Amino acid sequence: MAIADRRAVDVSGAPKGAPAPEAVSPRRRTSPAKRLLKIYMERPELVALVVLIVLVAYFTIASGGLFLSPANLRGILSLFPELAIMALGFGLLMTAGEFDLSIGSTFGLTPMVVCVLCDTGLNFWPAFVVGLLCCVLIGIINGVITLRFGIPSFIATLGMLFMLRSLCVVIYSHGAAPSLPDDAPVWAFSQAIGFIRVSVIWLAVLALIVYVLLEKTNFGNWVKATGGALESAKSMGIPTNAVKVACFIICSLFAGIAGVIQVVRIASPLPSLGDGMELQAIAAAVIGGIALSGGVGNVLGAIVGMAIIRVIDSGMIMSRVDANWFQFAIGLLTVLAVIANMWLGRRARGMKVETDQ
Amino acid sequence: MTPLIECSGLEKWYSGVHALKKVDFTVQQGEAVGLVGDNGAGKSTLIKILSGVHDADAGTIRVEGKQVRIRNPRQAMELGIETIYQYNSMVPTMSIARNVFIGREPLKWGALGIGWMDKKKMQRESVRAIADVDLHLRSPDALVGELSGGQRQGVAIARAMHFKSKVLILDEPTNHLSVKETDKVIGFVRDLKHQNVSGIFISHNIHHVFECCDRIVAMARGEIVFDKPAAETSVDEVHGLL
Repeated sequence: MAIADRRAVDVSGAPKGAPAPEAVSPRRRTSPAKRLLKIYMERPELVALVVLIVLVAYFTIASGGLFLSPANLRGILSLFPELAIMALGFGLLMTAGEFDLSIGSTFGLTPMVVCVLCDTGLNFWPAFVVGLLCCVLIGIINGVITLRFGIPSFIATLGMLFMLRSLCVVIYSHGAAPSLPDDAPVWAFSQAIGFIRVSVIWLAVLALIVYVLLEKTNFGNWVKATGGALESAKSMGIPTNAVKVACFIICSLFAGIAGVIQVVRIASPLPSLGDGMELQAIAAAVIGGIALSGGVGNVLGAIVGMAIIRVIDSGMIMSRVDANWFQFAIGLLTVLAVIANMWLGRRARGMKVETDQ
Repeated sequence: MTPLIECSGLEKWYSGVHALKKVDFTVQQGEAVGLVGDNGAGKSTLIKILSGVHDADAGTIRVEGKQVRIRNPRQAMELGIETIYQYNSMVPTMSIARNVFIGREPLKWGALGIGWMDKKKMQRESVRAIADVDLHLRSPDALVGELSGGQRQGVAIARAMHFKSKVLILDEPTNHLSVKETDKVIGFVRDLKHQNVSGIFISHNIHHVFECCDRIVAMARGEIVFDKPAAETSVDEVHGLL
């Protein structure tokens, strides 16, 4: 938001410190409204935010107010943070120009590893750390396969999706159906506080971390450059491979954390957990306006994208629409979002806001 | 005076192809050298070695008299050699301020090279750097993707100047530019001299090279076949050679 505001000031106000008398020439001054429209169209996550608000309003009316009832909000806010954390990591990786289909399997495998270790007598926290180390390893493998052999990450991580899922099932059956220990720290992951859960705090903290990484640090600059124009980034001396591997690791880590949160909430690790969730995370990122081509992405987009998906899921149930239409709605929205973003982006570029003399 | 860049006996093979054959190439301080030649003549190979993209198989490179080995683009930039490619020097999806400082972001604090960017400084200095090359852009927050090709080259040149580069390599900077914008880029190259920056200008268009360079070097089949001050030769003579 701050960026949008600042840009609005900069293009309309006098250039700060720039001695550019020619630039202030009276020719072709665009109206403030048009400039705001352009800024808005360049930020697809803001478009998605409006879609979210419209959907909430629609479902509230269609369900006779049931949609906004505390009980329903509590339901939405149980699953939403877990999926949104996944979408967040995935969005970061997509910004760096890569893709990870294995996050759903990582989501299932990490809590499985944690529970098996707890069953062998290890305390929860050390087991949790080992689980996260597994995520780091998965991220490194994904990155190295993709970059070392120069194959699309779509394929590399598709392979990983199957392998990790298989590991889930193998560990589950050989570990004689491990279970979450009774003394698992529910307070740290899924304790309900009013109608939110602790997982919302996890989401907020992780979102803040990704926001700071992307917008405030030079690492974020490298991520955007690597995803936006790989050759340029390389020629400017950015360690693009290291940047990508770091993003693969963060993406896997977030999926693993989300998986542990879910297992602590539902109190049992199942080998099928997270199955298909990678597709929801992709849909969320796309709906939130993160470009598949890389280089464009932000925290708000991933979160709003996932919120839209959860709101549609819950809203359809609350307003008594046949829930089998859920996937149809998400699919349609994903395609529409991409088309709309491309169209808006093109229109925005076509709108000339004076940049020079 | 020691030459700014002095290459001697540079050799490069690409899987059996002899791309550079004992090339000796010098650039004096503050001199603009035009490098011309057909496709596959070895121009790109030569500048890729200087900019750290490729490593030479044999030969030496001296920068200000000191022998160096340039292993990657980062080292080239640290030596003061900055390269502007035809397309690949800007990230269109990022703002001008972020583009100017890609890979060299000023940090407020950090560890191991990662840290908090000083965005105020990036904005302030990018505006000044751009104004210094006589290019006036309203906002450092505008996306580079919205700039015209000529303006992008201007920002790339501003970036090189800001980081006090000693030599600027421009690889086909006028390709796909309108006549007016081409003039602007040629003007940038001419102005390099006043800032005591050397330039290596690579182009297919011999007229563009003659408009802004002090010396013309022509390459063919991996060798330098011609090297004369621009004042002592003519477009026709160079044309005849190629």
